[in-house]
Amino acid sequence: MGKTRLVLRHEFVTTVRRVGFIILTLSLPVVALLGIGIFQIISGAAKPPPEMTRIGYVDEAGGFDRFTDQRTVVLKTFASQAAATDALVRKEIKEFIVIPADFVGTGVVQRYALQREVTPPPATLTAIGNFLTGNLLAGQVSDNVITRVQTPPNLVTTILTPSGTVAPEQGGIQNFIVPALFGLMLALSIIFSSTYVLQGLGEEKENRLMEILLSSVSTRELVVGKVLGIGAAGLAQVIVWAVTSPFILGLATSSIGGIFNAIQVPGTFWLLAVLYFVMGYLLYAVVMAGVAAVSTTIREGQSIAGFLTIFAVAPFWFVSLLILKPDSPLWVVLSLFPPMAPVLVMLRIGLTGVPAWQLAASLAIMALAIVLGLLVAARLLRTYVLMYGKRPTLGQIIRGLRAS
Amino acid sequence: MLRDGWVPVNDLNVGAVWYNARLMGALRVPAVEVDHVVKAYASKLAVDDVSFSVNMGEVFGLIGPNGAGKTTTIRMMMDVIKPDSGRVAVLGEKLSEASKNRLGYLPEERGLYKKQRVMDSIVYLASLKGVDRATAEPRARELLSRAGMLGSSGRKTDELSKGMAQIVQFIVTIVHDPDLVVLDEPFAALDPVNTELIKEMFLRLRDEGKAVVLSTHQMNQVEELCDRILMIDDGRAVLYGGLGEIKARYAGHSVIVDADGVPAQVPGVAETHEHRGYRELVLTEGTSPQQVLQRIVGAGATVRRFEVATPSLNEIFLRVAGKRGQDAASVAP
Repeated sequence: MGKTRLVLRHEFVTTVRRVGFIILTLSLPVVALLGIGIFQIISGAAKPPPEMTRIGYVDEAGGFDRFTDQRTVVLKTFASQAAATDALVRKEIKEFIVIPADFVGTGVVQRYALQREVTPPPATLTAIGNFLTGNLLAGQVSDNVITRVQTPPNLVTTILTPSGTVAPEQGGIQNFIVPALFGLMLALSIIFSSTYVLQGLGEEKENRLMEILLSSVSTRELVVGKVLGIGAAGLAQVIVWAVTSPFILGLATSSIGGIFNAIQVPGTFWLLAVLYFVMGYLLYAVVMAGVAAVSTTIREGQSIAGFLTIFAVAPFWFVSLLILKPDSPLWVVLSLFPPMAPVLVMLRIGLTGVPAWQLAASLAIMALAIVLGLLVAARLLRTYVLMYGKRPTLGQIIRGLRAS
Repeated sequence: MLRDGWVPVNDLNVGAVWYNARLMGALRVPAVEVDHVVKAYASKLAVDDVSFSVNMGEVFGLIGPNGAGKTTTIRMMMDVIKPDSGRVAVLGEKLSEASKNRLGYLPEERGLYKKQRVMDSIVYLASLKGVDRATAEPRARELLSRAGMLGSSGRKTDELSKGMAQIVQFIVTIVHDPDLVVLDEPFAALDPVNTELIKEMFLRLRDEGKAVVLSTHQMNQVEELCDRILMIDDGRAVLYGGLGEIKARYAGHSVIVDADGVPAQVPGVAETHEHRGYRELVLTEGTSPQQVLQRIVGAGATVRRFEVATPSLNEIFLRVAGKRGQDAASVAP
């Protein structure tokens, strides 16, 4: 264990000093702070000017004379279309509408404006819509009913437990945001950290250090020390994100509000996040150690690794299907597939309640895969580490593993 | 398992290392014992039934042409690869993770952490040999100073010249004060100044009672530095023993003479071969070099140089390798 600890410490220090590692660690808080800053700048710049928008109308249907003051929009009546056109040309109004006599039957309102646009501005649409519905319903129903017609219903969902009490986790998009963001960063962290294992071993092989190292330590001490050292650095990265995220969420809530006010983090999320990070990282790290052992150059190893790490990010490709049916048997099976489990389970935790047996089974299968991977990686390293210049074929590797 | 009277060695037990080293010297335990090792890669027999031993306090030459099996033999000694059969004992026991701390190994394929500073590289690799920073750093400074490279201790390795990097690699090999040093082609790509520096450093190790195994295909270096040798060709041991003894074994019955006035016919001389600056006289059976010298001087010749002709190691190797080639050809169908 003594030499494993030395390798571990060396790898930890070397990794946390890497520029790429520092950039990735700081990226989540920095990008989030930038996002909040940009939101504030844009929202400040996009605030509507205090002046009112004046819209003209020609009432050919009759009876549209109330509700002309619609917050930022004021509607002004004109006796004829010609008079409204003159006012538009003189820029006394921004635009005007003609309410035809058969409006109630057809629903068609003609709009005239000077500027081209893809669609009318939402504020204008809302103001005209409320003006028309208000006048149509005036005198027939109460003002409260008119307001309710003009403002759509707010659907508030409450999730109950099987016993009928209110569930502690209410789900919804506010429950999915943190696991989704964290899942993405987890995938990046797992990929980056395990790539450091590949790079580290690749460099030692490419720089012809491996034989010097193996005259001091065993292959297992080397692989375990390297995997744990770089893993500890990756874990430190995840902890930095976990510690800074409440602060950033608080800032986002106070400055942006909206959805951030309602953000919830599932109860066991952080515990499972750390567990899945550790397991996911260890799995990919031992796989990368094996890839490094059979690769002749770092570049060759990275091309193989690029293919393997697709599994880590694959759940994001199907996120829309995942949102629709998070408990589909397909996702349950893939949650037990070690290369996809870390990120997939994170996303599912944000979408639904993942049963404890699925979590336990996926973690147990991952643990088995890690132990097997470590044994294979150490064996491959011992067999192929001194083979410079030619990569063994898959058949040779399998025969070699069987023989040893 | 420890032999009777030996003290267990751990990383911090320097006294035990010293005690055992003395005991080993007293008992004449070889630094290396290789016993009938065989190693094959696919269908090729890389090392075929090779046996030898290396004593403490000697420089042992492992020689042979490229691809002869020297590096494979060393890698089996260092436990980097396992032999298919046979036995290897290093410093009196089968190599273990603990006894690896007493070895210094400079492989043929060698390098350093390119982005790491020289001192950090040395200290880290020394730590893997059980030496802490407090011990390794002053020793590294001393060795760097001896090599005139103390000023480079803070530089990154990829800023060093190839020769300087090789010196650092050699320092890494010996910084933990090993009992056995194995050097595989240590002079490759070194200029004469750095070659002398490395020679001086490892001869000092020999003088301190350490064992040094030197693997090279440069025969002149072996003649200059080694006490005993093993010559490998095509995976098999073809010559083994003390350098002087081997040369005597292959010495021809002739003398080298550089003189004026040597008669055309000297009694006891069967043939004369003229070379630039000297002639070689092949003696008849029963004639000694002393008799020929007396006859030449007696004939009034002025002798500037007279010596018994001994073949160079290179000539011996060519002779041995050539004979093996002929033998192989003669038995071929």
